[in-house]
Formats: sequence, structure tokens, C-alpha cells
Amino acid sequence: MTNEQISTLFKLMLEYIPPTLKIFGFTLLYSIPLGMIVALLKMCKFKPVSWITNVYILIMRGTPLLLQLIVAQYAVPYIRMAKGCPAFLQNFLNGIDIKTDTYTFRMILVAFVLNYAAYFAEIFRGGIESVPVGQYEAAGALGFSRTQTFFRIILPQVIKRVVPASSNEIITLVKDTSLASAIPYMEVMYIAKNRFLHMLLSCRCSWQACSISYSQQFLHCFSPTLKRNSTIINKETELWLC
Amino acid sequence: MAMLEVNNLSKRFGELEVLKDISFNVEKGEVVAVIGPSGSGKSTMLRCINQLEKADGGTINVCGTDMLIKNDKGRTVYADAATLRNIRLKTGLVFQNFNLFPHMTVLRNITEAPVCVLKQDKQKAKDKAMGLLKKMGLESKDKSYPCELSGGQQQRVSIARALALEPEILFFDEPTSALDPELTGEILKVIKELAADGMTMVIVTHEMAFARDVADKVIFMENGYIVEMGAPDQLFGENASERVQQFLKRFNS
Repeated sequence: MTNEQISTLFKLMLEYIPPTLKIFGFTLLYSIPLGMIVALLKMCKFKPVSWITNVYILIMRGTPLLLQLIVAQYAVPYIRMAKGCPAFLQNFLNGIDIKTDTYTFRMILVAFVLNYAAYFAEIFRGGIESVPVGQYEAAGALGFSRTQTFFRIILPQVIKRVVPASSNEIITLVKDTSLASAIPYMEVMYIAKNRFLHMLLSCRCSWQACSISYSQQFLHCFSPTLKRNSTIINKETELWLC
Repeated sequence: MAMLEVNNLSKRFGELEVLKDISFNVEKGEVVAVIGPSGSGKSTMLRCINQLEKADGGTINVCGTDMLIKNDKGRTVYADAATLRNIRLKTGLVFQNFNLFPHMTVLRNITEAPVCVLKQDKQKAKDKAMGLLKKMGLESKDKSYPCELSGGQQQRVSIARALALEPEILFFDEPTSALDPELTGEILKVIKELAADGMTMVIVTHEMAFARDVADKVIFMENGYIVEMGAPDQLFGENASERVQQFLKRFNS
């Protein structure tokens, strides 16, 4: 593989960073609030709600994200063909074209958001449960309402407690976006792999070059940046800790 | 006028009856000390009065407002939510382990409730908080976070926080049990000053000398009962019941 080819490949990969970041950004945007809601549902005192939430978290954390992506993308035709599928659902599904890019992108988001919300939910639940009960009592004794107590007293302390675990999750999310190439969705990994195979056929090259393109080198550069940012947040909030 | 009337209060945790037939009154300006061995129900009683635990029977009246009553069918019921909330604002509670909000500065710890709950003006609340901090000898600590303060300082902040809502009656749940003897002195001094100002207070404590000095009335509790109640001279004197004398003897030795 010539230098020129390598530079073309890298340029192409650069071009496909935005779609990758799009998955990353939207997933964060939706999964964090959803995760908070799921965490609160799981702690709900009404048991059936808590059980259902538990099953959701169990499935989402217990099956591979790749499988969830494939189900999200390809499930529609199978449901349509299934026996006993009600007519209204069939009509609804008939209107869906799974081959469009928008559909693929939306389904990727659905899978990512549902998956990450489950992980975030467990992190948030841990954070909420680690706030000492005395904080609730003090707030109650001072006359704060339940909503005020949650948003003014509890949530700020929860955020501080979940920063380290959440930044882990966020870094993982950057790298998990490469799974979308399996659907297939045109992001960095997809381009790198396909283009590289092209080049591999046209010329012989060493395995070293292979590994360069195979891993998402570019995106991995983002991970240290994220890590640095989370360290800053950690430092800022360190004062809170008692 | 009685600031607090408790009659036949009872409370159980499952099988365990922790409060049995507790009755006492607190008059305006009175300082009441509650003493007794650990596990005798002192804290639970305070928590029932402050709505942190649900009582099972009896009646409670705070500042002339019924909080817990027996209804016509003889069942024990609480007042409606609005009344309960009003009662909470009339009472202040100081915890054994302070329970300050760690993510707020000392000043915000004190102003948060007046601003958010009583909807007071921010500047006005700040001025008042600074006044309270000065009274507690902490005027230079307003921008510190709770974790930067010593235990005694934290407890003084939490007293200031309770006072910021201008409660009519103040409860202390073992305010000095988490502190060493030197810091204990700081807190007891503050409580003595409050007593001199005419604050109505109920103090659960293990500081016998302090209870004797400051209290107008001392309640001795054991196994969920009030064993003896009276002026400090009576309880700490030779006419006290045998059990009280036995308990105090062990404390002094």
C-alpha cells in the first residue's frame, strides 16, 4: 500500500467522523434523561413497575448491543410475516421501508439509546441510593417539598457521585458507535473496513497497516479528550465531598 | 401556653414496642432535657414529634396546632399535609451527625430553606444568615464548604440553619454525641445562649452536667417509658427513684 493510498484512506475516514459523532451525540442526549427516568422507575415503591423496569434492564444489559442493533434494523419484515400479526399492525409496518438511510439511523439510535439508558439507569440508581438518608431527613425537617428535596438537595449530590462511572460509559459509547457499521451504516469503521479491503485486493501490504485502519484510530483520539474533561469536572466537584 | 403537648404517644417497629404511653408538656421558653440509657426510645420520640417516624398511637399538639389526633372512631390520624408542613416550619431539628448539605456553602446551607420554602428575599435571607453566623462565631466561614469545617463548627452551622426559619421550638437529637469533649463545650455554650434568649428547646443528651445546668425540666426514659420527670434538682438529687440514681451513678464514675 502506497503512502498516497493511506492518505486517501485517512481523508475518507475523516469525512465520516460526523455521522459517527451524530450517533454519539444523539445517544447521549436521549439516554441520560431516559436513564434517570428508568432509575426512578426502578426505585418505584409500586412493585410491578419496579419489576418491569428490572426486566428491561436485564434484557438490555444481558444481550449484546450488536444483536440489539440487528434486531432494531431487521425485525420489521419478520414481524410483518409472523402468523397472528394483527391487521392494523401489518398496515402500519407495510408503510415502513427499512432500506432508507433515515430508517437505519433512527433504528440505530433506538438501539443505542435503549441500551445506554439501561446502563445509565443503574449508575444513577447507585448514585441516588448512596446519598445518606439524613439528607432527606434534614431537607424534610427544613420544610422542603419532595420535588424541591430531589432537585435542590439530592440531584446535585448524585451528579457528583455518578461522574466517574458515567465518563467510563461515555468513553465506551464513542467506541461502540463502530458497531453501527454492521447494520450497515456509513460511519468511520464501515468506510475504513470497506475501503481497506479494496486496497488490500489491489496491493499487498503488511498486517501493521491493516491494524491501523481496522481500529478506529481517529475516533480513539477523542477518548483521551473526554477523559481529560471528566477529570476537570471531578476536580471541580471534589470540594463537595465530605 | 404549651408549645408542645404529647399524650399517650406509642410507636412500634414490628414486634418491638419502642415507645409506650409517653406524655409530657413543654411550656413556652422552657428547656427540657431528655436523658436515659441508649435504646430507651429518646431519639425515636424526637423523630415522631418531628414527623421523621410515624407514630402508632396517642396525640401530639405543636404550638397549639393538632398534629396527631384520635378521630371519632378512636383511630390515630395525622393532620392534613398543609398543616403538617406548617408545623414543620414552626419546629427546628438539629441532628447528631449535622446532615449539612455538602454541595452548598455554609451561607447557602442557611439561606436555602428561607429562600425556597418561605420565599424570602435572597438578600434579606443572606443578611439574616450572616447575623446568625456571627452569633455562632463563624462569620468568616460563610464561603466555606461543610467539609472544610470542624465537627463543632458544622454543628453550629446546622443550629444556625435551623434558626434561620425562626422556629418556635427547637429540638436537638444528641447534638454533641459526634464531637470530642472540647468541641462539645462549643455547642453547649451556644445552646446555653439560646436558652438565655428564651428559646423553647427539647434536648436529647448524654451530657448530664449540662442537662442539670440548663434544663428547666428533665425527663428520664427507659425501655420506652418515661420513668421519671421533674426539675433537675429533683432528678439529680437524693429523692430520685432508685433506677435514676443507679443510672446517674454509673455516669459519674
